[in-house]
Amino acid sequence: MSTATLEGTSSAAPEVPSFTVTLIVRRYDPDVDAEPYWQDFDLQMYGTDRVLDALHKIKWEVDGSLSFRRSCAHGVCGSDAMRINGRNRLACKTLLKDLDISKPIYVEAIKGLPLEKDLIVNMDPFFESFKAVQPFLIASSKPDKERLQSVAQRERFDDTTKCILCAACTSSCPVFWTDGQYFGPAAIVNAHRFIFDSRDEGAQVRLDILNDKEGVWRCRTTFNCTDACPRGIEVTKAISEVKQAILKGNPNKVDIVLG
Amino acid sequence: MTTTIPAPRTSYTPPKRRRVNWEKWGWLYMRVSGLFLVVLIFGHLFVNLVAGNGVRAIDFAFVAGKWADPFWVVWDTLLLWLALIHGANGMRTITNDYAHNPLLRRLILLAILASTVVLLVLGTLVIYTFDPCPANAVAGSLPDFCPVK
Ligand code: HEM
Repeated sequence: MSTATLEGTSSAAPEVPSFTVTLIVRRYDPDVDAEPYWQDFDLQMYGTDRVLDALHKIKWEVDGSLSFRRSCAHGVCGSDAMRINGRNRLACKTLLKDLDISKPIYVEAIKGLPLEKDLIVNMDPFFESFKAVQPFLIASSKPDKERLQSVAQRERFDDTTKCILCAACTSSCPVFWTDGQYFGPAAIVNAHRFIFDSRDEGAQVRLDILNDKEGVWRCRTTFNCTDACPRGIEVTKAISEVKQAILKGNPNKVDIVLG
Repeated sequence: MTTTIPAPRTSYTPPKRRRVNWEKWGWLYMRVSGLFLVVLIFGHLFVNLVAGNGVRAIDFAFVAGKWADPFWVVWDTLLLWLALIHGANGMRTITNDYAHNPLLRRLILLAILASTVVLLVLGTLVIYTFDPCPANAVAGSLPDFCPVK
């Protein structure tokens, strides 16, 4: 018995194009390997597949020892940030057909954080920087109802609320690669989210923290972070607004930088 | 009913603050001096290489002529100090970015500081003590625009 279809339309979906693609994955097993090495995989994939599907295919059908993080697999949880052809991307949001599949696709762990195994890095230093900027609402009042905010006040920090802490930005930053002390773009983005929130009273604390030797002044505006962000956050712009807030001593005096 | 919620994650101790925030003022200095340098450098290049006879005009007399005018003395002093400190601060930034070894980093930073101080002192000395026709010069070693004694 066939499923119900609209009159006159075919029940068969148009065939999805299929192709062979070579994935070159940077492998590392600390128990066996002294150094990471590159390993090739030739895979039969479809036009609807993402890099994550290719990694799944390797793990489930070719080599079960391949290790990587992924949870929701739909660009929300921020687990599967990796370097794909030299750029930080979420594997679950990168379609194979959008890459140049006539050439091999290079996949490796994000840079600047300690490598643990294959595509997995130790995220602790990243989350330490995140914690250090006090990423929670600081308010002295204890209202009986919700704290009110105008549409414009909410809009002021809307962009930086989108962060999913995938570390794609921070681990794309050349200053972070060479100087692990730097707070990094993600921590600054999450500080921005509260510094420019009208309900928050801890702006000065966070500005003081980021006015540090390893704070916002290390940013060299290379825009790698903005390019890497899978949520399209204008990271470099957010950092420059924090710089301005420090210089002017007050986030309310910062002109909105035109994007 | 009351609940007390302890302040979340208060473990962070702010870094020890030095009296001067070098990082902030250095960042600002690069931008402010950069603005001045655009005028000073391109003015310098235009006057030396393009205006008048162009690059062929440069010789000892050309330099002597410029430094006889207080305008160019001030111009070159500003250029010397702003550009040298700008360049040195830029090198300091790059060193902090890339020199991992603390000892090596200190050495490089000291070398940058020392060479900057030497160049600033020498440059300023030259600009302000330059005399194309010194009184006790060996006969015949002076350029021909000097008054014959
Ligand atoms: C047209 C005039 C100039 C302008 C507008 C300018 C502007 C700047 C700015 C804004 C920066 C900071 C970049 C950052 O923080 O990311 C910088 C860095 C730097 N500048 Fe200049 N500058 C000029 C001329 C010079 C000159 C004449 C020198 C050499 C004496 C120099 C050497 C440096 C160095 C070594 C750096 C550090 C490089 C880096 O941060 O990657 N600049 N410049």
